[in-house]
Amino acid sequence: MTPVQAIIAKELRSYFVSPVVYVVGAVFLLIVGLLAYLYIVFAGQQAIQLMQMQGSAQINLNDLVFRNLFSSIRFILLIILPILTMRLFAEERKLRTFEFLLTSPIGINEIVAGKFMSVFLVFLGLLGLTGLMPLVLALFCDFDWYPVLTGYLGLTLLGALFLSVGVLASALTENQIVAAFVSFGLLLVLWLLSGVGSLLGDTALGHAISYLSFMEHYDHLVRGLIDTKDLVYFFSGLVFMLFLSHRVVDSTRWK
Amino acid sequence: MIEVQQITKRYGTHTAIDRVSFSVAKGEVLAFLGPNGAGKTTTMRILTCFMPATEGTARVAGFDCADQPLDVKRRIGYLPETPPVYLELTVTEYLQFVGRLRGLSGKLLTSSMQREIERLGLGTVQHRLIGNLSRGYRQRVGLAQALLHDPQVLILDEPTVGLDPKQIIEIRELIKNLAGSHSVILSTHILPEATAVCQRVVIISGGHIVAEDTPERLSARLRQSDKIALTLKAPAADTEHRLREVRGVQNVFADGASGTFLLECELGLDAREDVARLAVTNGWGLLELKAVSMTLEDVFLQLTRSEDGLAQNSVAAAEPAGQPA
Repeated sequence: MTPVQAIIAKELRSYFVSPVVYVVGAVFLLIVGLLAYLYIVFAGQQAIQLMQMQGSAQINLNDLVFRNLFSSIRFILLIILPILTMRLFAEERKLRTFEFLLTSPIGINEIVAGKFMSVFLVFLGLLGLTGLMPLVLALFCDFDWYPVLTGYLGLTLLGALFLSVGVLASALTENQIVAAFVSFGLLLVLWLLSGVGSLLGDTALGHAISYLSFMEHYDHLVRGLIDTKDLVYFFSGLVFMLFLSHRVVDSTRWK
Repeated sequence: MIEVQQITKRYGTHTAIDRVSFSVAKGEVLAFLGPNGAGKTTTMRILTCFMPATEGTARVAGFDCADQPLDVKRRIGYLPETPPVYLELTVTEYLQFVGRLRGLSGKLLTSSMQREIERLGLGTVQHRLIGNLSRGYRQRVGLAQALLHDPQVLILDEPTVGLDPKQIIEIRELIKNLAGSHSVILSTHILPEATAVCQRVVIISGGHIVAEDTPERLSARLRQSDKIALTLKAPAADTEHRLREVRGVQNVFADGASGTFLLECELGLDAREDVARLAVTNGWGLLELKAVSMTLEDVFLQLTRSEDGLAQNSVAAAEPAGQPA
C-alpha cells in the first residue's frame, strides 16, 4: 500500500465513523430525490395538458426533467461539498496531527492528493446513488441517455472542482466553520463571475471572465456537448486549486 | 548522528533560537532542558524537518534537514508535545496507518505493531478508539508511533507528560534500553528525568545554549561553595557567632526557631568535623549534620535566571562532583 493509498484509506475511515457523511449524504439524496419527483410530476402534468389539447403527447424528459435537475444539483453541491471538505486540513491543524503528517516521510503533494482523492470518492459514492433515479425512470419512459451521461460527467467534473476549492479553504485555517464558509464564498464568486461576464457583454474581458466561471462549461455538458475547452477548464481549475493547497500547506511550516 | 551548527530561527522580529550548536553521537541520549519558550520545540521542529532554520545547518545521519528532508524523516521517530493521534481510529488502525505512511507493509508491519503494542503495554486497549483513551494511554500510543519503524534517531518532546509514576519509570527504562542502538533527544521540564536517563544535558534558555555537560559535572561546575546543614536541639545565643569563627565557614544563615543553620563553606574545606566538635563541646544538642550538594534543579534555576551564570562560575569548573545530599 502506497502512502497515498494509506491516506485515502484513513480518510475514508474517518469520514465513515463520523456522522457528517451520513447526514450530508442523507440530505443530499433527499433533496435530489424530491426535486426529481417534482420535475417528473411537473412533466406528467404537461403531458396531460398536451393530451387534452392535441390528443397526443410527446414530451421531452431530457429537457423537462434532467436539464432542470442537473441545474439544481449544481446549487446543492455548492452548499454541501464545503461541509465534506472542511475537516480535511483544518482538523489536522486543530488536533496537532498536522506536524505528524508533515514529518512523515511523504511529500506534501501525496498528502494533498490523498486527501482530495478520499473526499472525491465519497462524492462519487453519493453521486452514484442518485444514478438509481434515471435507471428507475428508464423502466417506464423513453429518454435519450447521451445527455444524461454527459450531465453526470459534468457533475463529476464540477464536484471535483468544488472539492479542490474546499481542500484549499481547509488548508487555510484551523477552524472548520471558517473553512466551510471560505469555500462556499469562493464557489459563489466563481458562480457569479458568469454574471459579471455577461454584464460586460461581447468584449474580450467579458468572455475571459465568463470563461473563469464554471457555469457555461457545465451547461455545455448538461446539454450533451463535450468540448475540449470545457474539459480543459475543469482539469486546469482542479490542478490549480490543488497546487495552491500544496503551497498553502507548505507555507504553514514557515510560520 | 545529529549535528547542529549555528542554527538560528526567527519568526518575524522575534528570535526563537540564536546560533545553537550541539551534536549527538550514535547511541547517546541527550536531554534538552529549559523553561517554557526557551526554544526546545523549535529546535526539535527544525531537526524533524517540520520547519526550516533561518540560518545554520542541521544534519541527521549525514543528511541535511533542508536539502534532503525525506531521507531525514525516514530515519527519525518524532513525538511532538501533543501526541499526534486520530481520535476516531482504534490503536491498531492508527499504528497501521502510521506504518504504511513510513513504507512498512505485510509481515514487517504486523510484527512492528505487535512489538510496540507489547513494549508500551497497549495490549488491553489495542481495539479501542483512541478518543476514548486516557491522556497516559494516548501518550503511549504517541510513543509507539515514534518507535514503530525502528528509527535510528528519536526525538521526544516531553515524553513522560501525563503518565503516572509507574509508567514514567517504565518509559525511562525504555529510553535507557534504546540508548546504545538509538540516538535520542528528549526535552523535559522534569529535572530528575534528565539525570535518570541521559548521558548529556543541554540547558537552553532564551534561545541560547547556556550549558552543556553530563548531569553530574553540571552540578559540580556550578557550586560556588560547599554547604552544610546543621540542626541543633538547644542552640545558645552566641551559636551563630561561634559558628562563623570555624575555619572555612564563610557565611551562616540561621533559622532560630527550628534550630536549623545553613553554613556556606570555602570550596574544598570540609568544616563538618570542626562544627561537630564545637556543637558537642558546647552541649548544643547536635541532631543533624550533613553536606548539601547542589541538585540539577538548583543548577537549572541558577542558569536560566541569569544568562551569565556560567561565566561567573567557570572558576569552579574543575571541581569534582559533590557528595549526594
